Amino acid sequence: MADHHRSIWPALPALAIIAVFLALPLALVSAIAFCQHGAYGEIEPSFTLDNLARLWSPGVMGGRADFPPILARSAVIAGVATLAAVALGLPLAFWIAAGGPLRRALGLGLVTVPFCTNLVVRTYGWVVLLSSKGPLAPIAHALGLIGPYEGLAPSLGAELIGTISSVLPFAVLPLYASVERLDRSLIDAANDLYASPPRVFRHAVLPQIMPGLWVATVLTFVPAVGLFLVSNMLGQNHMLIGELMQQQFGVARDWPYGAAIGLVLVLLSLLGLAVAARRMRALEGLP
Amino acid sequence: VTGAFRAIAALVAFGLLYLPLLAVAAYSFNAGKYGYEWKGFTLHWYGQLGDERIIAATWHSLALAACSTTVATPLGTMLAIGLKRAAWRPRSRALAEGLVNLPIVTPDITFAAALAAFFLVLRQALEAAGVRLDWLTGGLLPMGIGHVTFQVSYVALVVAARLAAIGPEQEEAARDLYASSWTFHRRVLLPQLMPAIAAGAIMAFILSLDDFMVAFLLNNGPGSLTLPVLIQSSTRNQGATILALSTLVFAGAVVLVGAFAMLARPSPAGDHR
Repeated sequence: MADHHRSIWPALPALAIIAVFLALPLALVSAIAFCQHGAYGEIEPSFTLDNLARLWSPGVMGGRADFPPILARSAVIAGVATLAAVALGLPLAFWIAAGGPLRRALGLGLVTVPFCTNLVVRTYGWVVLLSSKGPLAPIAHALGLIGPYEGLAPSLGAELIGTISSVLPFAVLPLYASVERLDRSLIDAANDLYASPPRVFRHAVLPQIMPGLWVATVLTFVPAVGLFLVSNMLGQNHMLIGELMQQQFGVARDWPYGAAIGLVLVLLSLLGLAVAARRMRALEGLP
Repeated sequence: VTGAFRAIAALVAFGLLYLPLLAVAAYSFNAGKYGYEWKGFTLHWYGQLGDERIIAATWHSLALAACSTTVATPLGTMLAIGLKRAAWRPRSRALAEGLVNLPIVTPDITFAAALAAFFLVLRQALEAAGVRLDWLTGGLLPMGIGHVTFQVSYVALVVAARLAAIGPEQEEAARDLYASSWTFHRRVLLPQLMPAIAAGAIMAFILSLDDFMVAFLLNNGPGSLTLPVLIQSSTRNQGATILALSTLVFAGAVVLVGAFAMLARPSPAGDHR
């Protein structure tokens, strides 16, 4: 079905922008990961594998900054937050899509608004809410969750709540885009044939929203892995991968090691994406 | 049962999204300077907002988001259409899809650091060749380039998710009725894509407004200070003034998104209900 008006040219300007301003810089950073760093933090163009080796040798950095546990912790927190955001975002997307024009416009708007407020501010809101003098502490104390004069933050729970709250819109927007144009006739047909609600969802709804589900998962997980601000403000004293990397580019002035960490982040994300992309193509009926 | 479950999920989700914002808004009226403990009502912090730096940063953020979104939305929509509907050779398709996914799978901190390093190396190379481009390593223009680079992918992704659900039958039907390619795109495809394009534009605008890492690493002083960078740099010492500023940003966002949501309503041709 390859006719003249199905040409590839509309895609080319955007592809060129990404190639020049992202693929090329990433290649540059990858090259830096194999360079040595000089005594004053400058990059020396001589080949070494030391920066990558440091990622797998615990103890080099000493305790708090060991790479493997930092990576594991970042992945687990991002994974749990992603699952929660998608699990919560899907029924929310259905709730918005099930309404009239007003609920749909308002619902979509309400999901979008928190995004326009800086992440620091939203997290600061949680810090105020969950602190020992905040409005939620007496309630949590009455429920026996915490002792007197204690706050709900810093804690793992606070860290997770803050992370879920900040990535939730990333999950809802793509989910809504696919739920909104569900083919109702398939669902009606399944209902007419007396399929149970779980069966209707599995066989009539799920296959239709699968691309949106994958997109939502990838779109949520990636920002969640790089996120360290929330954990910094709400979590206990431990480092996440984003903070470790930022330190190398900032105070530590060790660009080659920072670039090596960045390389790991990109490879991990590409792996997750390869899995998602294959599922999406299969569902779209493409090779 | 399903309806109640959905409504409860919606309530929990909106609670997670809005509780911290309500806390910020409430405590911006708190007489105590550093949040946390309630010490009585005041409007004092809102009086501190006429500051030159705050007004300039607001202007920078809005201009940056508006310009980058205006560039990225058509490019991203074209990207989705060109990618999903054209007959690519398998290897070129894999390469193109890889490029599209790259900005989405790259954590913002990696992207920002790579872009800053790239502009620095490029500027030094040009200087060695005798060309001096000071604007290259910092300011609103390089930030805008950075924003467009990730925005096009998000717009394309949102549009493509919708495009994937439009089968080939419609195009075959249009062709059987002797519709030209232009007519098909304009009368059949675009109306159905409009809600997704609008959603993509909203996402792009938001990503630009919310971006901290790129604006932080490519900022070259007061002339390119954006709101997130200003807020980030002053949470510690400015206390409640920043809460007041954030509350106004939040109020502005409500108005803005409301207007967008009105525009994004499905057109009659695209509405199946």
